[in-house]
Amino acid sequence: MQVLSPTALDELNLKSKKLRRDIVTMLHQAGSGHPGGSLSVLDILVVLYYKVMRIDPENFQDPERDRFVLSKGHACPALYAVLADRGFFPSEHLSTLRKLGSCLQGHPDMRKTPGIEMSTGSLGQGLSAANGMALAAGLENSDRRVYVIMGDGETQEGQIWEAAMTSSHYRLDNLTAFLDANELQIDGWCKDVKGLEPLAEKWKAFGWHVLEVDGHDYAALLEAVQKAHSVKGLPTIIIAHTVKGKGVSFMENQADWHGKAPGKDDFEKALAELTD
Amino acid sequence: MEQEMLSTREVYGKTLVKIGTRWEKVVVLDADLSKSTQSVMFAREYPQRFFNVGISEADMMGTAAGLAASGFIPFASTFGVFATGRVYDQIRNSIAYTGLNVKIVASHTGLSVGEDGASHQTLEDIALMRVLPNMMVVVPADGRQTEQAVEALASYKGPAYLRLNRPKVPTVIPGDMPFELGKAQILEAGKDLVFVATGTMVSAALEAAREMGKEGVKAAVVNVHTIKPFDEALLIQVAEQAGAVVVAEEHSIIGGLGSTVAEVLGESCPLPMLRVGVRDKFGESGSPQDLLEKYGLTAAKLVSAGKTVLSKKNR
Repeated sequence: MQVLSPTALDELNLKSKKLRRDIVTMLHQAGSGHPGGSLSVLDILVVLYYKVMRIDPENFQDPERDRFVLSKGHACPALYAVLADRGFFPSEHLSTLRKLGSCLQGHPDMRKTPGIEMSTGSLGQGLSAANGMALAAGLENSDRRVYVIMGDGETQEGQIWEAAMTSSHYRLDNLTAFLDANELQIDGWCKDVKGLEPLAEKWKAFGWHVLEVDGHDYAALLEAVQKAHSVKGLPTIIIAHTVKGKGVSFMENQADWHGKAPGKDDFEKALAELTD
Repeated sequence: MEQEMLSTREVYGKTLVKIGTRWEKVVVLDADLSKSTQSVMFAREYPQRFFNVGISEADMMGTAAGLAASGFIPFASTFGVFATGRVYDQIRNSIAYTGLNVKIVASHTGLSVGEDGASHQTLEDIALMRVLPNMMVVVPADGRQTEQAVEALASYKGPAYLRLNRPKVPTVIPGDMPFELGKAQILEAGKDLVFVATGTMVSAALEAAREMGKEGVKAAVVNVHTIKPFDEALLIQVAEQAGAVVVAEEHSIIGGLGSTVAEVLGESCPLPMLRVGVRDKFGESGSPQDLLEKYGLTAAKLVSAGKTVLSKKNR
């Protein structure tokens, strides 16, 4: 089992700070977008893209690559920042987010952005697509794996549960799902809008192997992914407890920062917090 | 001579097996209706490549998208109502917008679903699918054409909607007539007016043309098996020659073939035309034949529409 050394942990911490700066910068430059969910999901992406996934930015269409689907597509600034940092496209593109002619659309577009495996944005659809990719890997007897991240609020969509049944029915143990459980959605706390608990029990009842971790703890996330890989015959969901707006104090746990870009003052404050 | 009658969905099932043998990337999905859509034939032959997702059509469309994104050629089948309106956003975002190579096959469309009634009779599916960018819309006229269409769609790369029917339909397309996606077919030549028909209404259009022929009217019949991309050039050529057009479809007069033809003629060569189809109504229970009579989807109705456009043309 891969264990993170203190040096590796330091590197990831530095990396995530840089990526958070990229995220708030992109959003500030775009003048619109979704900081809250981007900042909550980032650390999961960091573990996947720097420690787990079999991907090669030089050969991003390699049929044997691992697949990733960001079902909560509005968090794409985090994914764009990671993809640029990993070399899927030049970092200069980040400043074009949401602008006319950009390869970085407001929500992920697989036809426009290298490294995006599925266009998403209309919530609830990513798990079905990930199932299809996992079935495809099975048909080809490939050991490639499929990862998908959903938002917790997103699981209010019925299609998620249709897909959850499909994953377990077809015993998709090559599929690992994450729930970015930041407990907030646009209109407020999930528990007030439409309660999701008991979350873990729901997924267990749908036939999933369920793990729960702190979604900002790299070592815990990595350990959970490795556990998921070792489970046979069941899909795994890692319920990652996260903080919406993580890393920018005034955005943390604030539903208001779901879909609002930081203006000049807030941007500078955020950047200061994210700079050592 | 007795006319050959074939069920388009049965032909679909058989052809799936055929293309499944030819292309190992063909996979088939169904949502608990495989015995009705006839995708069960493929399931028996290739169980590993068949995925029944149960009664969850939205999930089926997304799963098909994921398979297509991994290089497979998924055919996803269910009834027309569940294959379109029920899962419109999934088709829009996961299939049309992505341009993924998913074939959506609707087995029970139009009024001829019959006794199940309005909840199961989709009369708006062509409209819904036609308005989506990247989406091809194919409506075969008979059993043999269904085979040609399924084979052609398996080689065509991109999202497509294939509209089939529940009852058996007469074989109307001559066996030696070439089939090409996107190319309409002139089944009968005629200088006085043109019937432009699709799907089950092609045989009614041919019958109407024969009837009018008895009265000395030469009516052309065009089969539009591909509603999108639409064969504008052929329509304009035939319509300009004849000077009057009647469109026939087992679909709402809004948004389907009638609208397509009206759009093209309106922009290119306005001339008298009439749409024969369901006039902005839901269907109801009844036998297919009784329903087609009640809602005016008959050769007799086409003849009277033909006479009306002729009188406008000669005015």
